[in-house]
Amino acid sequence: MRNKNRSRRFKLLRFVAAVMALGLLASACGDDSDDGEATGTTAPATTAPATTAAAETPLKIALVAPSASDDLAFTQSMVDAINALSDPVDLSITDGTFVIEDAAAAIRGYAEAGNEIVVAHGTQFGASLAEIAPDFPEVTFLWGTSTDTQGLANVFAYSPDAAEGGYVNGVVAAAISASGSIGVVGPIEAGDAVTYITGFNNGALANGATDVSITYTGSFGDVALAAEAATALIINGADVLTGSAQMVVGAVGVASDEGVPWFGTQANQTSLDPSLVVASQVYHWEVILEEMIDQREAGVLGGEAFEINLANGGLEIEFNDGFDLSADARAAGDAAIAGIIDGSIDPNG
Amino acid sequence: MSDFFTATVLFSTLAAGIRLSTPFLFAGLGEMIGQKSGVLNLGVEGVMLLSAFFAYWTALSTGSLWLAVLVGMLVGLLMGVVYGLITVVFHAEQGISGIGIFLFGLGFSDLMFQENVGTPKFTSKLPSVDIPLLSDIPHVGVAFFQHSAMTYTAFVMVPLVMILLRRTTFGTNIRAVGENPESADSLGVSVARMRFSAIVIGNTLAGVAGTALVLELGIFQPNLTAGRGFIAIALVYFGAWRAPGVMAGALLYGLVEATVITWKALGIIPRSLSDISAMAPAVITIGALVILARRVKPPAALTQPFSRH
Repeated sequence: MRNKNRSRRFKLLRFVAAVMALGLLASACGDDSDDGEATGTTAPATTAPATTAAAETPLKIALVAPSASDDLAFTQSMVDAINALSDPVDLSITDGTFVIEDAAAAIRGYAEAGNEIVVAHGTQFGASLAEIAPDFPEVTFLWGTSTDTQGLANVFAYSPDAAEGGYVNGVVAAAISASGSIGVVGPIEAGDAVTYITGFNNGALANGATDVSITYTGSFGDVALAAEAATALIINGADVLTGSAQMVVGAVGVASDEGVPWFGTQANQTSLDPSLVVASQVYHWEVILEEMIDQREAGVLGGEAFEINLANGGLEIEFNDGFDLSADARAAGDAAIAGIIDGSIDPNG
Repeated sequence: MSDFFTATVLFSTLAAGIRLSTPFLFAGLGEMIGQKSGVLNLGVEGVMLLSAFFAYWTALSTGSLWLAVLVGMLVGLLMGVVYGLITVVFHAEQGISGIGIFLFGLGFSDLMFQENVGTPKFTSKLPSVDIPLLSDIPHVGVAFFQHSAMTYTAFVMVPLVMILLRRTTFGTNIRAVGENPESADSLGVSVARMRFSAIVIGNTLAGVAGTALVLELGIFQPNLTAGRGFIAIALVYFGAWRAPGVMAGALLYGLVEATVITWKALGIIPRSLSDISAMAPAVITIGALVILARRVKPPAALTQPFSRH
């Protein structure tokens, strides 16, 4: 009888451990895992309408991305970029693919369906791409964020130098901070979140901030934790906040409630609070997409890594006119931009 | 470390822990009622997501938080009816059908969000309800008496659920069909009706959990619940199928989450341990469960379908 009870308890423990593991998996893997090791629960996929096609045959492009097309962050930056291309494009999208296997199926499916370019928008899709790309030598695959093509002849890699915009945001944040204490809400310590936060930290400290508190919540998708992280940072004295990845909307909500200015990245986040978002680093992937398309038309299907930065116009600091930014703070930001472009400032230094 | 022990930080962390525990408590109590009747529902997460989205959409469209709460509850109730039909009427395997409900909730809430909202927008948040006099007590007021109505309601639900299950015929019947459905049936208790009712109540509470979460944040995103529904299921086991136990588990989980976040913000947890420390709430909860394993005695007929022969 005793053994039976013990066996029952072990079964229970195993069950509870399995359920909690499933919960942890879901919590750790939000759907903006642009650079994290995203594995998750499911992949609701949608197909979005294409951009307009004019007289000439539109270029068939497919995008597979981990989060929603309208996330005001990583995925939206690529959707906006493709829609901004000068040539007509027939765009298909599968978003919300935070299960890598689902993303791999979508990537292969789009290649089989005759798309000329397939964008695998997430570092975590790299291993899948290494298997799929060689099977479709006529298709160009774009993979980011990544700084190398894995030696694949039909893969172009892309990445942002997010530290540059982070540095500029940090300089401006320090200029408007009364306490000198600034808070940062990050997801998992990976990818362009790290480079952005590194640059922000360097910029803020270079312009007189006394303390930059960085909190990684451990999740790309846990909005509630991001909100609590922002609350903790404010209680700890931060009077300016920034953050990276999709879950930061929770932090923006707290900043908004507390009247704390916010700096965004990846996409323009002004719409979240038009009175408190000071500036956003915006990714203009179209700058390098145009180059990739030109190369494809010239017969080069891949094999090169591209980077967007302030100098090539791929990164842009969009200041919010609705925020009453002092002339000095704006000038400090502009000087930082100029310094990074001319090489006199190293945002990673 | 000393920064953490200032009264302001300590009591703010307590307040955060209580806030974070609210969805766990609603969902955990709901799941416990269902399991007491012998029905396991792994679809809590999906129900929370659906209710969260529809509550958010209602608040965004109408500006009425009360209507949003009502809609969130109704969505939970509706999902309870669906799950009841699947498991009680059609005798589908509970584990698989629960996962099906979860996947449906995850996908459908995402789809509805993208089709109807798209770009994240803030809506009104649940206002803080300050308890007169008590909320003015330094520090303690912030920690315990300046929360939303949903948070207070979650904790009021604990004795109510205890009374429901222990002091009413309805509750006795629910426990009876979860322990020995054949005996209950022989005494004239409708096992199907009791289980169906328990599932509907449980799912309604899961709906309230999702609603509380989204209206506390004022914004919805796909997969907003981030695994909280699954944690709530585990907390039922942690709480040994008792309402105070579920509350203790919810508070433990919420407080550990809040402490970890605060320690990260204060730099007490080094960044190199940041991601590992995110697992702390689950690890501590499992550890406590192992220690308390002797108390764990699930309803005898849990997951067992019943049909009259």
